[in-house]
Amino acid sequence: MSEIARDLLHEAASEIMARAAIEIPRDYRDGIRGMLGQEQHELSRFVLEAMLENWEAAEADRRAMCADTGVPRFYVKAGNEARPEGGFVALEEAVRAATAEATRSVPLRPNRVHPLWRTDHDNNVGINAPEIEYSFEPDADWIELTTVHKGGLFGTDYRMLFPADGMDGIKRFFLDTLVQFGRRGLACQPAIVGIGLGGSKDTSMTLGKQAACLRPVGEPNPDPGIAKLEAELKELGNNIGMGPMGFVGSSMVIDCHVEVGYTHTGGMPMSVHCFCLSSRRATARVHAGGEVEYRSDPRWFTPYMRRETVGWPTRLARTA
Amino acid sequence: MAHAPRTHRLSTPVSPGALAELAIGDIVYLDGVIYTGREGLYRRMVDEGMVPPVDLRALSNVNFHCSPAASVAEDGSLNLGAVTATASFRFSRFMERFFELSGAKVIVGKGGMSEADYRDLFVPNGAVYLTTVGYGTGALLGRGVTRVQAAHWLEDLGIAQAVWVLEVSRFGPLLVESDLAGNSLFERENRATAEAVERAYAGLKPPSLSRYGETVSRGDEVL
Ligand code: SF4
Repeated sequence: MSEIARDLLHEAASEIMARAAIEIPRDYRDGIRGMLGQEQHELSRFVLEAMLENWEAAEADRRAMCADTGVPRFYVKAGNEARPEGGFVALEEAVRAATAEATRSVPLRPNRVHPLWRTDHDNNVGINAPEIEYSFEPDADWIELTTVHKGGLFGTDYRMLFPADGMDGIKRFFLDTLVQFGRRGLACQPAIVGIGLGGSKDTSMTLGKQAACLRPVGEPNPDPGIAKLEAELKELGNNIGMGPMGFVGSSMVIDCHVEVGYTHTGGMPMSVHCFCLSSRRATARVHAGGEVEYRSDPRWFTPYMRRETVGWPTRLARTA
Repeated sequence: MAHAPRTHRLSTPVSPGALAELAIGDIVYLDGVIYTGREGLYRRMVDEGMVPPVDLRALSNVNFHCSPAASVAEDGSLNLGAVTATASFRFSRFMERFFELSGAKVIVGKGGMSEADYRDLFVPNGAVYLTTVGYGTGALLGRGVTRVQAAHWLEDLGIAQAVWVLEVSRFGPLLVESDLAGNSLFERENRATAEAVERAYAGLKPPSLSRYGETVSRGDEVL
């Protein structure tokens, strides 16, 4: 089995760092165009039009679309048969080096500092930065690298709800988060709103963030019940009379993505995440043979990722 | 009722007459020179009494709450890419003294400040607040920068906090958030959306477990 060359992974990591920073994903841009078609309010329209112009300027000038780099991070999906040259330690070295290099070459604003001492290496690399998360895929020999540069400060919240809170609880907390960060546009909406339901506290945060950052606009959850909830929440969010920058309008939620994980029988943890007007993500699939394909849809949530069976024969599952 | 927004091109230093023309919701583009400054600059000037290496008053009366996406090459040359504002609300405590020391009349930033800040700090100093748009318009604003004159205190404060002196042309779009009378666009819009927000909550029962701070009295339990 052939190894995936270290240099190739490094090159792909550098390329997606630049692409994510400069090129707004097509699904997001088309979604904003669609919202502009619906938006009736002049100030909200003005913001959406300025953003469309901004993305054109970014691509034409090869300039970052937003000077706030957010917190660049990586998601690695490795085929079960994939073997990176030098192992995964070498892959992590390549990803860290690519982050530092892109910071200088694009340029990106150095955003990452030590939380206490505010130490800044001016390259977006440091302790636990960039974060690298992993998932695996059966019957594949490629490695996919995805980088996400998510805005860092506003638009995310977590709450422990309980089964009795039901849909009302979910909707309320969704509204709470949108309104508290939507005023004055702190969330830089319209946002792809990602919701993590279930798991434990950290799982709910992780799933919600991945739902916001790793699923394209327009792609519903394959579970029809969850897809229905997504559509309802999107509708609700666009009917609070608030648009971009907190101006009167209807453009708040460009799409809503919900991901779930089995949770404690007594609880329903929920997290909400807003992926902003600079929804920066880019993916490279690096094949063992040396080809690299680039795209903006990470295709992170594969059927294998969301696997719902226990994997062996069992009696019929009980549902509430 | 709000009037139809107008578009203004303002040259620095912006004159009191030009400021008087601005109404909230108007669109503004800037020409001339502006400088970035945030807590790094404010702490040094206001808390530590340090004097900036350049005479801000002579330079421009426009202060930009911003950290650019920039890098410094080995030879010291500056490469500036995108430019985005940073949230201004947290600089409130510095503004009174800063207005005095710098003579700034225009603050450009993100998200505005409170109506109380406009009334107590901006109006007495004849200053207005212009907000960037989006807020992700970094590429458009970066395009508006024609030359980087200097980055002061770069060594000590780092790229993000240094005082970047930028020559700009058609720098924008910006929106007038506060005018000379202290009116606020954001506060106006907050009031206008309040009713619809209430309606969206109608009929949704509150969660069984509250969060500390959600209850009115500190003696209340969250259960
Ligand atoms: S939230 Fe997004 S658009 Fe807004 S400043 Fe941060 S990165 Fe830019």
